Amino acid sequence: MLKFIEKSFDMRILFKTNYKQDLNLAKHGGHRFWYGLLIFVLFAAPLILDGYYIGEATRVLIYAMAGLGLMVLTGFTGQASLGHAAFLAIGAYTNAWFLAQGFSSFVALPMAALLSMIGGLLVAIPASRMSGIYLAIATLAFAIIVEDFAGHLTSITGGNRGMMVDAPMLFGYQIWQTWGLYLFVLSVLVAATLAVLNILRSPLGRAMIAVRDSEVSSQALGVNPMKIKVFAFTVSAAITGLAGAFLAHYMLFLTPQIFGILLSIQLLLMIVLGGLGTVHGVFFGAVLIGVLETGISIAKDTLPSSISGLPGIEPFIFGAILISVIAFEPTGIYGRWVKIRSYMEFFPIYKRKSFKRQRAYLKTERLR
Amino acid sequence: MNEFMQLLIIGISQGCIYGLMALGFVMIYKATEMVNFAQGDMMMLGSFVAWTLIMDLGMPFWLGVPATLIIMALFGALVDILIVRRVIGQPQFAVVILTLGLGIIFRAAAGMIWGQVPLTIDSPISGFSSFHGIVIGNERLAIIAVTALLIVILWAYFRYSKWGIAMKAASQNQLAAYYSGIPVRVIISAVWAVAAAISALAGILLAPITLIEPMNGLLGIKAFAAAVIGGFGSMPGAILGGLIVGIIEPFAAAYVPAVKGSMVYIVMLIVLALRPQGLFAQIHRKKL
Amino acid sequence: MSLLDIENLSISFGGVKAVDSVSFAVEEGSVYAIIGPNGAGKSTIFNLLSRFYEPQTGQLNFSGNDLLELGSKDIARLGIARTFQNLELFEHASVLQNLLVGRHVHNTQSWWRQVLFTGSVVEAELEHRAKVEEVIDFLELAHYRNQIISGLPYGVRKKIELARALCIEPKLLLLDEPSSGLNPEETEEMGFWIEDIRRDLNMTVVLIEHDMSLVAEVSDRVLAIVNGKVAAEGDHAFVQSHPDVVSAYLGDAQ
Repeated sequence: MLKFIEKSFDMRILFKTNYKQDLNLAKHGGHRFWYGLLIFVLFAAPLILDGYYIGEATRVLIYAMAGLGLMVLTGFTGQASLGHAAFLAIGAYTNAWFLAQGFSSFVALPMAALLSMIGGLLVAIPASRMSGIYLAIATLAFAIIVEDFAGHLTSITGGNRGMMVDAPMLFGYQIWQTWGLYLFVLSVLVAATLAVLNILRSPLGRAMIAVRDSEVSSQALGVNPMKIKVFAFTVSAAITGLAGAFLAHYMLFLTPQIFGILLSIQLLLMIVLGGLGTVHGVFFGAVLIGVLETGISIAKDTLPSSISGLPGIEPFIFGAILISVIAFEPTGIYGRWVKIRSYMEFFPIYKRKSFKRQRAYLKTERLR
Repeated sequence: MNEFMQLLIIGISQGCIYGLMALGFVMIYKATEMVNFAQGDMMMLGSFVAWTLIMDLGMPFWLGVPATLIIMALFGALVDILIVRRVIGQPQFAVVILTLGLGIIFRAAAGMIWGQVPLTIDSPISGFSSFHGIVIGNERLAIIAVTALLIVILWAYFRYSKWGIAMKAASQNQLAAYYSGIPVRVIISAVWAVAAAISALAGILLAPITLIEPMNGLLGIKAFAAAVIGGFGSMPGAILGGLIVGIIEPFAAAYVPAVKGSMVYIVMLIVLALRPQGLFAQIHRKKL
Repeated sequence: MSLLDIENLSISFGGVKAVDSVSFAVEEGSVYAIIGPNGAGKSTIFNLLSRFYEPQTGQLNFSGNDLLELGSKDIARLGIARTFQNLELFEHASVLQNLLVGRHVHNTQSWWRQVLFTGSVVEAELEHRAKVEEVIDFLELAHYRNQIISGLPYGVRKKIELARALCIEPKLLLLDEPSSGLNPEETEEMGFWIEDIRRDLNMTVVLIEHDMSLVAEVSDRVLAIVNGKVAAEGDHAFVQSHPDVVSAYLGDAQ
């Protein structure tokens, strides 16, 4: 066993005496403290904040869950998906339908996850043979088809006239309170995040990253890319399906139009903005989108009506932010956060050049 | 039989529109390996610009159309110079996100500038022709004719001109192209300009048939399906894909109305399942 | 019986015979070098062994196993590891993570155990980490352990590619141009590693090489491939002075 020294970002010097320390999710006391505090604050929030903010927070948590699902597939396994709204739709309608039949959330939620997983499996098997842009468009096509079918299966989904959603039901009680839904979503999100973090520090997670970065050499190392992609698709679909189920509770009324292409695109943009390939990025992205949406509606009230009255100002701002981020900080918010942390750590001898992007030239991806 | 021919010609004319958009899309892809998800929205902007010139400012039709093409070509080049250039060399994914963002901005800007009320352009090509009991609107015939002409021009350009070959070189290995003295950046901007103009043309041709509104940009998604069916690296494939998609639609609407919204995508998925790289694939084995 | 037995291997790409009736055998514990001009088909042989390509004719036998019955993802499990000429590392992961992927064939934990990260998973992970650290020590990569690949210099990357292959604990190691892009000191170091790998780790090594001094230094037998065909086989002195080999490299006297 080696003893080695590592400096952490909050200026602590870590003495590591065994490999187990590297395995742990929280690497040292400081980590444990801050994340512990965060979890505590999140669970205690309903005691402090009032209903409106809890509702907004619930929305952000649901985005985060959906983003977590997408990140598993796209950020960690490299399979682009422009159609994740399909899984949100499957999860939402399944959950709503089972509740309407009188089942409790203990049945409805797992069924939502299960049916989404089946959807994920169905997409995964052909999708594993595709790559790059073909895969992205295939997922987009899948989402469009699902949206179309949702409109047509009127007996189950209520079609274009919509479907009302009951409150979640646990142990015979219906949870209509805002804070009730909030805590429910939070608990499931924490569990899902832990599951994903566990996968990432296990052989499966590394295999996913391997498939993302070099499918060829991953095969030469014994990884079965097909199995990994199918696994990633199913896990991703399950988590996103759960997010969809909670989205149904948040919106209380479902129509197929909610789950259109624009939602899929928004999800993807959210995780890219947050920081692709990182779990932090999921949460940064969700918070950003949540804040943007709230911020824009607040700003609309304060701005002169000549600007705020313009139809389409929100998507415009969203698009503008997105483009600036990609052009100037493609690693997303998390990437910028890492740079800021490094700055603080190395102050005053921080060198900006240490993060300078190499002048890059296009290498064709057509030969792969 | 007449109904069949009717649907077929409608389908072909619609297919030409999709084919033109897919063509612009594939041109950019061939030259820069970037997937431009804003292609449909550029078409939409083209039709709005044409509206402003012809209907709002009163320019005569035959002047307004080329003027629109020139304006949109400049616009395309500007988009490349100001925005797209910043992501050269980044993985394809970044470009996808970027163009998705561009699409969002174009749609939103169109809504802000021209409003959400659908508009029309008065075109001098109107009326109907009939052959053997089939009645076709003249705009549809115009679409087919213009598309055919454009295909011939572009084919000659890529086959025989220095710039066409330079574009292909730049797409396969930019660094080597630079070293060979090819003005890569200029070429790429030129490609964006041409692709934008082609899309604008598609938008103008489409205007008499559909009303002009910001959401038209989402037609671009069907154009992607067309490009995928044809195979991404291939321009004849783009046209062929466009025609296939265009023909499927009216037939699906007539015979299987329940799935008419998804029919195109179902076909696309079937094509991908059988030939994962499209009908005219252009992906080779990497040298290991 | 030899560890690796190749008989009559052939493959064509669009009319060009890249590998033409190549046969050779590699004895266990030896270092076997494959040389030949660029484009002669050497890497293609490796790619056939890795089962990325399907040969038109030929038998591939490893330790009694018929490789033609296997897919490319099954090769590592048999104990064959390889490096790539153009380096196929996982760019956006750390060195440690790259090497740990090399342990994939030794994974025993089911997926749901991994999701729950049970005690058995923890134990297995610690074991893998210990093994990987042995390789890190062996190749002196400790300094780079947690760094992301994309910032690292070429010489270090080549070592990592080698290290990753070693993590499989293979019986047969296929090295594709291990010294390409390295300066003379690094090449000499690579020679020492190969020696150590053969001696201390008991692995059989097949390497494709252009650097003749390295070939002379480490290899027991040499195979020369010219235009897809076997031109000569034997010890290095014999092969390097063989007229066909000389003319392929230097051209004919006239």
